[in-house]
Amino acid sequence: MNKTSIVFAGVGGQGILTAANILGKAALEANKKALIAEVHGMAQRGGAVECIINIGDVYSALICNDSADVLVSLEPVEALRQLSKIKKDRLVITDINPVIPPSVSLGIDTYPDLEDVFKEIQEKCRLIKIDALGLAIQSGARIAKNMVLLGALADTGLLPFLPQLLLKTIQKNLPSRYMAISEKAFDSGRVFLKNNNYVE
Amino acid sequence: MDVLAKKSPALLLGNQAITRGALEAGIDVVTTYPGTPASEIADSFSAVAKYLKSQKKDPGFYFQYSVNEKVAVEFAAAASICGLRSLTCMKHVGLNVASDAFLTYMYVGCKAGHIIVTADDPSCHSSQNEQDNRIYSKLAHAPMFEPSDPQEAKDMALEGFTLSEKLKIPLLLRTTTRVSHVRGPVTLNPLKKKKTTKGIFRKNPLLVTVPAVARQLHSVLLEKMDEAAAISEKIPFNYIINHGGTKGIITSGPSYGYVRDVINELHLECKILKLGMTHPLPKKLCKDFLKSCDEVIIVEELEPFIEEQIRAIAYDEDVKIYGKGAGHFSRLYEYTPDIVAHSISEIFHLKHKTSSDSPKVKLPARPPVLCPGCPHRATYYAVKQVVPKDTIFPTDIGCYTLGNAPPLKIADYLLCMGSNVGTACGFSYATEQKVVSFMGDSTFFHSSLPGIVNAVHHNNDCVITVLDNRTTAMTGHQPHPGTSKSGMGENIRMLKIEDVAKGLGIQHIEVVNPTNIEETKKAFIRSLRYKGPSVVVSRAPCILLIVSNKRKHGKNIIPYTINQHKCTQCKICINKFGCPAFFLEGNQVKIDKTLCTSCGVCQQICPSNAIEKEGNHE
Repeated sequence: MNKTSIVFAGVGGQGILTAANILGKAALEANKKALIAEVHGMAQRGGAVECIINIGDVYSALICNDSADVLVSLEPVEALRQLSKIKKDRLVITDINPVIPPSVSLGIDTYPDLEDVFKEIQEKCRLIKIDALGLAIQSGARIAKNMVLLGALADTGLLPFLPQLLLKTIQKNLPSRYMAISEKAFDSGRVFLKNNNYVE
Repeated sequence: MDVLAKKSPALLLGNQAITRGALEAGIDVVTTYPGTPASEIADSFSAVAKYLKSQKKDPGFYFQYSVNEKVAVEFAAAASICGLRSLTCMKHVGLNVASDAFLTYMYVGCKAGHIIVTADDPSCHSSQNEQDNRIYSKLAHAPMFEPSDPQEAKDMALEGFTLSEKLKIPLLLRTTTRVSHVRGPVTLNPLKKKKTTKGIFRKNPLLVTVPAVARQLHSVLLEKMDEAAAISEKIPFNYIINHGGTKGIITSGPSYGYVRDVINELHLECKILKLGMTHPLPKKLCKDFLKSCDEVIIVEELEPFIEEQIRAIAYDEDVKIYGKGAGHFSRLYEYTPDIVAHSISEIFHLKHKTSSDSPKVKLPARPPVLCPGCPHRATYYAVKQVVPKDTIFPTDIGCYTLGNAPPLKIADYLLCMGSNVGTACGFSYATEQKVVSFMGDSTFFHSSLPGIVNAVHHNNDCVITVLDNRTTAMTGHQPHPGTSKSGMGENIRMLKIEDVAKGLGIQHIEVVNPTNIEETKKAFIRSLRYKGPSVVVSRAPCILLIVSNKRKHGKNIIPYTINQHKCTQCKICINKFGCPAFFLEGNQVKIDKTLCTSCGVCQQICPSNAIEKEGNHE
């Protein structure tokens, strides 16, 4: 079976659906089947959100645990929350900037030490930590974090299409008034990956 | 626009695929009340209508956001009997609201095809229950399609009109969250080019369901269902995939996809009976399938709807049946490939092992919350400042239900749309406690009006709050009768909530802007003093609308920040107000710049004036 499963994780409102939609459209452009499990409605209001993008020979949008090929997260704790989805020794790419849930501020829950979070991820997978927020701000908007991570994902060699196709899909589908920012953010993610000498 | 795509296949959400199917069928009339996971069906029609009108083109159909699901079904039933193809879409609990019309509508029947879409929500992702609406198809005698993916959703929407016209009864198209909210490739047929047309109503005594007519129509309906059962035997949506062997699996809906992926992974040799038309079931097809197997597993989410019928069909067959009845599958929550793999491998003695969901490091819970800058939070904060301690807060269905989370904890009782008022009346009679109920603006019109009449008529002492954020926010910002745009983008008459309340006989009415905390507190103090039912309309637009409007006009959203010299760490902003943009870094209170929407309400609640607008922004 020829199948690539990507899990996108984060907090409702961070642009996960946009990133997933871009990946799905790029897959279709590359003449591949894609099924995407999305989250709409109440869960989008600041809750933990995950979106699964399956490309290739698939019948269902959801996946078994230990079967995703790559996990991309817009928030470090949310990466760990979805770790069960990914195959052992595969790749996790996560932003390093926490979004503190209200339950933590209220003292009901604690936000774990990031070192512990990264350590547990590394026990199962390879980990790329990226200051996506910083790169997004440099690109012109905090909200462009999703594009930074798409850029980083594009050059891992894990996608069944080239980074250039992903960029083209972004240009075709995102609002033109943010295009300069989106392109810059996407590129900064790609550059980050290259500078860190990551090769799959 | 994805729904109007010319290039096939297009990547469509299951809900968009239903819209596409109806457009390919030449739809005339669409009605809805928004609700997750159904909303994007109607929103896509709305977007198409607005887009084509902006291009000076005739959309070819009429679309409306109706006041509630019952009216939506009634409106479309009338259109259908006049010869106009109709579609009405709603979430599963919406069909409860529409059920009074729906059940007798099956007797009366339709003329042009009418598809009623019910989008069920196993696991209650965005709902107050996880009822299985397939049971409605039996209760009402409605033929039913159950798609498994976006492609089937489109095909079934297209085919549904023909079947409905053939049988002259509406058809139930039942999706779940994992069909409605799955995006996948959809092979397109050309859109049917047509002009908006009117039908004609021909009088017929059989359209008036007095008892003598109803008795006749019931038997006609049962005959139609016999015809539907014959169709179900032949329809291509019911089919067998034969990979050999004597093991069988019968499945429907998204479970079919899980079964396909799981048997590939387990390398299981078996046959699959895939059911797309699940009411009436193709009994002969099922029986033949059962005869060809020694063991059969039934995989369907929620109630054993197919299973119980299969067990009846298999009564004198020598075949072992596994499913919910044998305890291998749950009636609870949506399925996942892991759940399906686990049960199939247990039944057939195969190996399937995956790691557990929970990591070793304890993670903080992250449930959905009221957005930063949400005006509901301001209302709730003000109310909590002025009410007696044991005040009861009946709530309702919408974003504001999220007020149940700490620190606000301002939701005490909830049943369904509109239940806030009816229960407020009951609590005011049943206790000596004060009662302050909450509902949204769309909910006010949807099903709260009879409750208010009841409160006035019986003079129940309660404060009825309408949180008017100028939109139906939770489901994706649809208009409602309290706003002035139609689903087709036209200017239409806006009903003012305070005028409606007055018309219903409410004598104490307050209209207040909740972003002014002091004024809001005063309004509630006055309403609490009033003996009898009072209405407070707490009106400020949804912050998401304000933010997107600012972005559209290129305006910066300048976040607030804490002046650490002034902050005394009293933490009222966190422990009482609870805006998610606030967080603690060590002992310092900070504001997350990405989350802050610049609403400024927190400035009013800080006793040390420590919250300031950021000077140098991005």
